[in-house]
Amino acid sequence: MTGPPGSATSAAPGARPSPALDIARQVRAGSISAVEVVDRYLAAIDALDGELHAFVTVLHDAARHEGEVIDRRVAAGEDPGPLAGVPVALKDNMCTRGIPTTCSSRILDGWCPPYDATVVQRLRAAGAIVIGKTNLDEFAMGSSTENSAFGPTRNPHDPTRVPGGSSGGSAAAVAAGLAPLALGSDTGGSIRQPAALCGVVGMKPTYGTVSRYGLVAFASSLDQIGPFTTTVTESAVLFDVIGGQDLMDSTCLERPVPRTVAALADGVEGLRVGVVSELVNDVDAEVGARVDQAAEALAAAGAHVEACSIPELRHGLPAYYIVAPAEASSNLSRYDGVRYGLRVEADTAEAMNAATRAAGFGPEVKRRIMLGTYALSAGYYDAYYGQAQKVRTLIIDALALAYQRFDVLLGATTPTTAFAIGAKVDDPWSMYLSDVCTVPSNLAGHPAITVPFGADDSGLPVGVQVLAPALGEPVMFQVAAVLEGRAPVLAPPRVHA
Amino acid sequence: MSPDAAANTGWEPVMGLEVHCELNTETKLFCGCRNAFGDEPNTNVCPTCLGLPGSLPVLNVRAVEYAMRIGLALNCEVRPSIFHRKNYFYPDMPKDYQVSQYDAPINVNGWLELPDSSRVRIERAHMEEDTGKTSHIGGGGRIHDADHLLVDYNRAGVPLVEIVSAPDIRSSTQARLYASELRGILVATGASDGRMEEGSMRVDANVSVRRAGTVELGTRCEIKNLNSLRSLGRAIEYEIERQIGLLEAGDKVVQQTRHWNEDQGTTVALRSKEEAFDYRYFPEPDLVPVAPDARWQSEVAASIGPMPAERRAKLAALWGPEPLSHARAEQIATVVEHGLDGLVTAAAAAGVQSALALARASNEASARPEEARGLDVSAFVTLVRMEQDGKLSATQAKTVLTDMLDHAGDPAEIARRHGFEALDTGSLETVVAEVVGAHPDEWQRYVAGEDKLGGFFTKHVMQVSNNRADGKAVAAELRRLRG
Repeated sequence: MTGPPGSATSAAPGARPSPALDIARQVRAGSISAVEVVDRYLAAIDALDGELHAFVTVLHDAARHEGEVIDRRVAAGEDPGPLAGVPVALKDNMCTRGIPTTCSSRILDGWCPPYDATVVQRLRAAGAIVIGKTNLDEFAMGSSTENSAFGPTRNPHDPTRVPGGSSGGSAAAVAAGLAPLALGSDTGGSIRQPAALCGVVGMKPTYGTVSRYGLVAFASSLDQIGPFTTTVTESAVLFDVIGGQDLMDSTCLERPVPRTVAALADGVEGLRVGVVSELVNDVDAEVGARVDQAAEALAAAGAHVEACSIPELRHGLPAYYIVAPAEASSNLSRYDGVRYGLRVEADTAEAMNAATRAAGFGPEVKRRIMLGTYALSAGYYDAYYGQAQKVRTLIIDALALAYQRFDVLLGATTPTTAFAIGAKVDDPWSMYLSDVCTVPSNLAGHPAITVPFGADDSGLPVGVQVLAPALGEPVMFQVAAVLEGRAPVLAPPRVHA
Repeated sequence: MSPDAAANTGWEPVMGLEVHCELNTETKLFCGCRNAFGDEPNTNVCPTCLGLPGSLPVLNVRAVEYAMRIGLALNCEVRPSIFHRKNYFYPDMPKDYQVSQYDAPINVNGWLELPDSSRVRIERAHMEEDTGKTSHIGGGGRIHDADHLLVDYNRAGVPLVEIVSAPDIRSSTQARLYASELRGILVATGASDGRMEEGSMRVDANVSVRRAGTVELGTRCEIKNLNSLRSLGRAIEYEIERQIGLLEAGDKVVQQTRHWNEDQGTTVALRSKEEAFDYRYFPEPDLVPVAPDARWQSEVAASIGPMPAERRAKLAALWGPEPLSHARAEQIATVVEHGLDGLVTAAAAAGVQSALALARASNEASARPEEARGLDVSAFVTLVRMEQDGKLSATQAKTVLTDMLDHAGDPAEIARRHGFEALDTGSLETVVAEVVGAHPDEWQRYVAGEDKLGGFFTKHVMQVSNNRADGKAVAAELRRLRG
């Protein structure tokens, strides 16, 4: 199997290959056809996805058709955009018109959205081609992609292990070279955690910078769509494409989203970096060691690196597991068998509703609906949801204080590297702990990125996380780019195109 | 006035009304779908109002403005507000939660003064979205034995304002007066058409009774399904009697929601407090707070025309400072309720008799308010002037006005087309004499004092003259002949 097109022609000597940018450059120049690009990726998916199961739906015909359209436009002298001819894999909780959108749940059985999510429209407007929909934990609830009604996705670095989750399909697809770019959604770490476990770059934008219109809601006040890429540069490019105000999403920020690509080459000279002990101390030693190494690399590049402690972050995980299920319990009410998706017939509307939900949702989704329903119930609201929102404010205030001293914060992305399939399925709490380093950014609405930084002793990827304040994407990418340039080399995945 | 059920029983009824009104915005509360009544089912729908996965609400600014109009007209304080989700499962709710305002509504602490000068405090007037409409089809056609449950989502997401009064209402008469006055205000603000029959205004009544002279509130029941002012009055009367009956028998009133059955004239329990839903309210994370600033508020305040009370006072002033007769006050209320007071004030300004203009406006015009609001005001004035000057008889004037309501037009032209032209005095005398001569027996009895035969002769004169005679002139001529 030949590598993806463009992998041999890197942007600059010493820089990592940027498959997406290489493809766009060649397609725009007319030196390669978009159809050819699509065909190579489809062939890679056909060859490898039987083992990985990164995809729920592969769009063979539609993607080739979109490739033809791009090629015609190039031939006509048009510029299809910065992502001309670049295949993109979408987590299957983003609506695609006329294409099944499953959320990896039985309850959406047979449903095809009549509309495209805003991010899908923006990708198309930039010339990108949707190549398929990727597997996830049902309704994005999970940290291993094992809670999928269609079976688990496997980690390309070790197929006996999980890719992380909930955007495990997107992470695995990019890691294995089945798509140069992918989008995921991050509610408590669902982009960053699988990106770290699969050895790719994963970024969660500032809440309100990327439209949620067409993203099937899990926890509305936390959800944010973001990119999976091979390189930091591609992450910035993809963020610039999908970001910006959308009148269809009232929570989108009105102010312009900062353009990030320009900041990439600025280096870290003089930047103040805080290494957060709460994001390092409780993680596996091998992971912690990589964070230390990353801190040293930044210091060597001219940053002022200092350890710091933000004790409030310890309350993040419990607060998250109140807020997210509470909102989810309401967001998932609409799956009632009345209008779309699965319906289990019964004598009354109520009985039909109950039977449909009993049959349609998997155990983790039911667990979270029950947790959230309880947390919002009369008499418990103040003690749970109300209290969790106060914790959220506490965390926002504590981070604001930290950002008076630091430009960015550094920590681990995940407490461990990829764990074995099945290892945590019967222990929800230990599974929930996978999100301990990532939830603070969601609760605060801040951006954060994970950059691959070497491996553990078994050769499994380790991610290092850069956190920034709201709309701090430029400085976040700036630091991430330096880390990427100084990261230990990671062996290619065992399963790779 | 209807008799009040609690009068002289030693019990005092205490009531508050919750009124839902649909705002007549062009589009729905959270999406761009048409807000229209009576369209083909499920044609005014989109991903957002169908609650499709991934869809999001975007607040309709016009709906906020209309809600503010209502609040300001009800003397409310307009406040920064947020939306909550009210969670419960029902097939007519696309998202299985309703987006509504809960503890931070846009309008609070207002009041409404009724025509009887009593004041009812308004606790809040908040925004929320309407649900779809279900119909039970097949089988017995009722909820429990129907074969199919069909849902029309055209109404889902239509903007509503819910106006909650304080428990300040003390009788069914006052309750009807409140609902009627509120409807007038809603129409006057332009925010709603206030049609109870079409469900664009829906009233729920919270009813309790207590010993007269005591302060503590009794246990209340909420009465639903009140589709007219008449139902509202009847249901309250029934409920007051039911509650007094229970208490006098030593029983307790159970807090519950009750359904008014119009045919049987009774209320029946729907669900008790224990069975009440736990709505699990929490702030709607898909929307941002709505905080109308002072400038927006004053713009909206300036855009609202005068309210019914002020307009009634303006009409009443046409009759000078003396108190109005009950009948005239009723006519004025009717005209203002239907937004037709402009017809009367225009006639008065043109020097035409106010009483005559009021009579036409409160009878023929108010019978068809929709068309009447489209009347050409100067044509109406011309019509009343023709009647006043004796160029048209009352009957003819009514016919011409009906034509004008049907398809507009110049009253003189319409009168000509009908061959209307009031009889001159000479012709009238001739016709009356002719009729008297044709009915000698009846004339003898009339002369002998059988006054009711006056109507008999008038009727015949009208027939013979093809309605061109003026009824009053005929009566005068008959009296003159009798001597």
